[in-house]
Amino acid sequence: MKTLIAVLTVLSVIIAFWYAACLPMNIKGVLTEAERAGAEVTPAGAKERRDLGEFGLVLDNSFAIPATWAQDRPRLPAPHQVAQELWKTTGAMVLKGKMMSKRSLFYHGWVTLSATLLGFAIGTGLGILLAVGIVHSRVMDMSVMPWAIVSQTIPIIALAPMIIVVLYSIGVQGILPKAIISAYLSFFPVVVGMVKGLRSPDGMQLDLLRTYNASTNQGFWKLRLPASMPYLFASLKIGIAASLVGAIVGELPTGAVAGLGARLLGGSYYGQTVQIWSALFAAAILAACLVALLGLIERSVLKRMGMGA
Amino acid sequence: MILVILAVLVWCGGWWLNSRLANGSHAATREVQLLVPVIFGFTLVMVWQLLVRGLMVPLVILPAPTDIASAFGANLSKLWEDFLQTFVKGALSGYVIGCSAAFLMAIVMDRSDFLRRGLLPVGNFVAALPIVGTAPILVMWFGFDWHSKAAVVVVMVFFPVLVNTVAGLRETSAMQRDLMQTYAASYWQSFFKLRLPAALPFIFNGLKISTTLALVGAIVAEFFGSPTVGMGFRISTSVGQLALDMVWAEIVVAALAGSLFYGVVAMVEKSLTFWHPSQRR
Repeated sequence: MKTLIAVLTVLSVIIAFWYAACLPMNIKGVLTEAERAGAEVTPAGAKERRDLGEFGLVLDNSFAIPATWAQDRPRLPAPHQVAQELWKTTGAMVLKGKMMSKRSLFYHGWVTLSATLLGFAIGTGLGILLAVGIVHSRVMDMSVMPWAIVSQTIPIIALAPMIIVVLYSIGVQGILPKAIISAYLSFFPVVVGMVKGLRSPDGMQLDLLRTYNASTNQGFWKLRLPASMPYLFASLKIGIAASLVGAIVGELPTGAVAGLGARLLGGSYYGQTVQIWSALFAAAILAACLVALLGLIERSVLKRMGMGA
Repeated sequence: MILVILAVLVWCGGWWLNSRLANGSHAATREVQLLVPVIFGFTLVMVWQLLVRGLMVPLVILPAPTDIASAFGANLSKLWEDFLQTFVKGALSGYVIGCSAAFLMAIVMDRSDFLRRGLLPVGNFVAALPIVGTAPILVMWFGFDWHSKAAVVVVMVFFPVLVNTVAGLRETSAMQRDLMQTYAASYWQSFFKLRLPAALPFIFNGLKISTTLALVGAIVAEFFGSPTVGMGFRISTSVGQLALDMVWAEIVVAALAGSLFYGVVAMVEKSLTFWHPSQRR
């Protein structure tokens, strides 16, 4: 309860700050528009105002304050503008029965989400396989593991534009290139986490299985795999967030066709700030939902395995 | 065809050598542990080279390592300029600003229980979001030059460092804090002598995660607009010209910069947290 109050306070402070920040950010644009519409602006002329401080302008032209929260293409859109745009491109579209139209964020969100999920599935599957290989083979452990760790310090995302173009030139397009980038980004966190998890049973537990005369296979299915679950879920959460980033960045070089990344890029080409912000929030909500969903699965799986807290 | 067969042979040879080394009697020594991944990497590059040449893979799909090396050598000054623009100006300045801001914020949060309760869930939430998406907005606000890239980096590194530092500052046990109290230590005395050292492993965890994020942020922000220099700019234009050897050279630079950056932070960590169990040998 105390936490809830604190969180709500912080959130309202952030929103209040956001509204306040709209004033200095948007005032110059608003004043230029107001002057064109024939209003008295001090000082007159956009040139005179260019080098003046934003805060002084706000104080001198207090009549323009409401307009800073209602511009068409503001430098910083107010929270309610973003919320309206979000509603207009999601809920309102659904009510009109055009849920999958090209202007709907559901459509763009689904384009990104499907690439994310496909990539995540590929990346996680391969990651777990490699981790199993690493745990069971000394050679693989010693040769591959250092590179898997080093590769986490490399900005892999720099490869994204190239992967898209190369795959396009050999005739692969659509969802797969983006999914490959997603898979690549979620691959290494899963490998590293899963290796740690599969190694987590201590000597005592491994010895116990040996006294039962358990085969390597049985040891894997009955001890190592269950023991690795908490580690797996921790890295899955990192992996899915990375996958989403990968899918979004993967949409950039294709030139803004569909998807949340395309909305970001399109918005930045045409100065549609409200569109950028709503795409950003849609991506944030999507990421939060995915992580929360994994958290739920984690909780129920761990609980059924007797590890729930 | 000969080259392809050679590639298979090189692969098998490298694997055989590594399995001999890894299962041999010297497997636990430092030299072997270093040698095995090096052999693996070298084998991989050799196979890449032989396969690309043997199968006549065109340059626009996958350049051979030697092509990349020659592109690297021929464009050294260009690559250096890109490195300065993206890494030193964009990523590094943003990293320093973002990490120090997060550190100060963490101290403030540590002093006020209310702020910590309120901000920590928000920080945890934001740390999982695709923050790279703010790049177009920040590029619009701060212009095309390195300032906007630094701003993206600041936003990206802020939350991981914040969350880790706050967690670290709470790492001391009640017993230790009570001991400081019996010494009549002031807040700052117990901060510098007990809580900050105890928090260092956590802080460095955040700092290390942030090194990669900083480079990613600086490079991706350049996809949204940049002056005609910079690693992200060069990558996206070279991809457009299908000059993939240049793209790969740029990726080599990014990889080197990324691992060097991480290595330096890890080295500082080692020298400051030598007392921690994870660093002792």
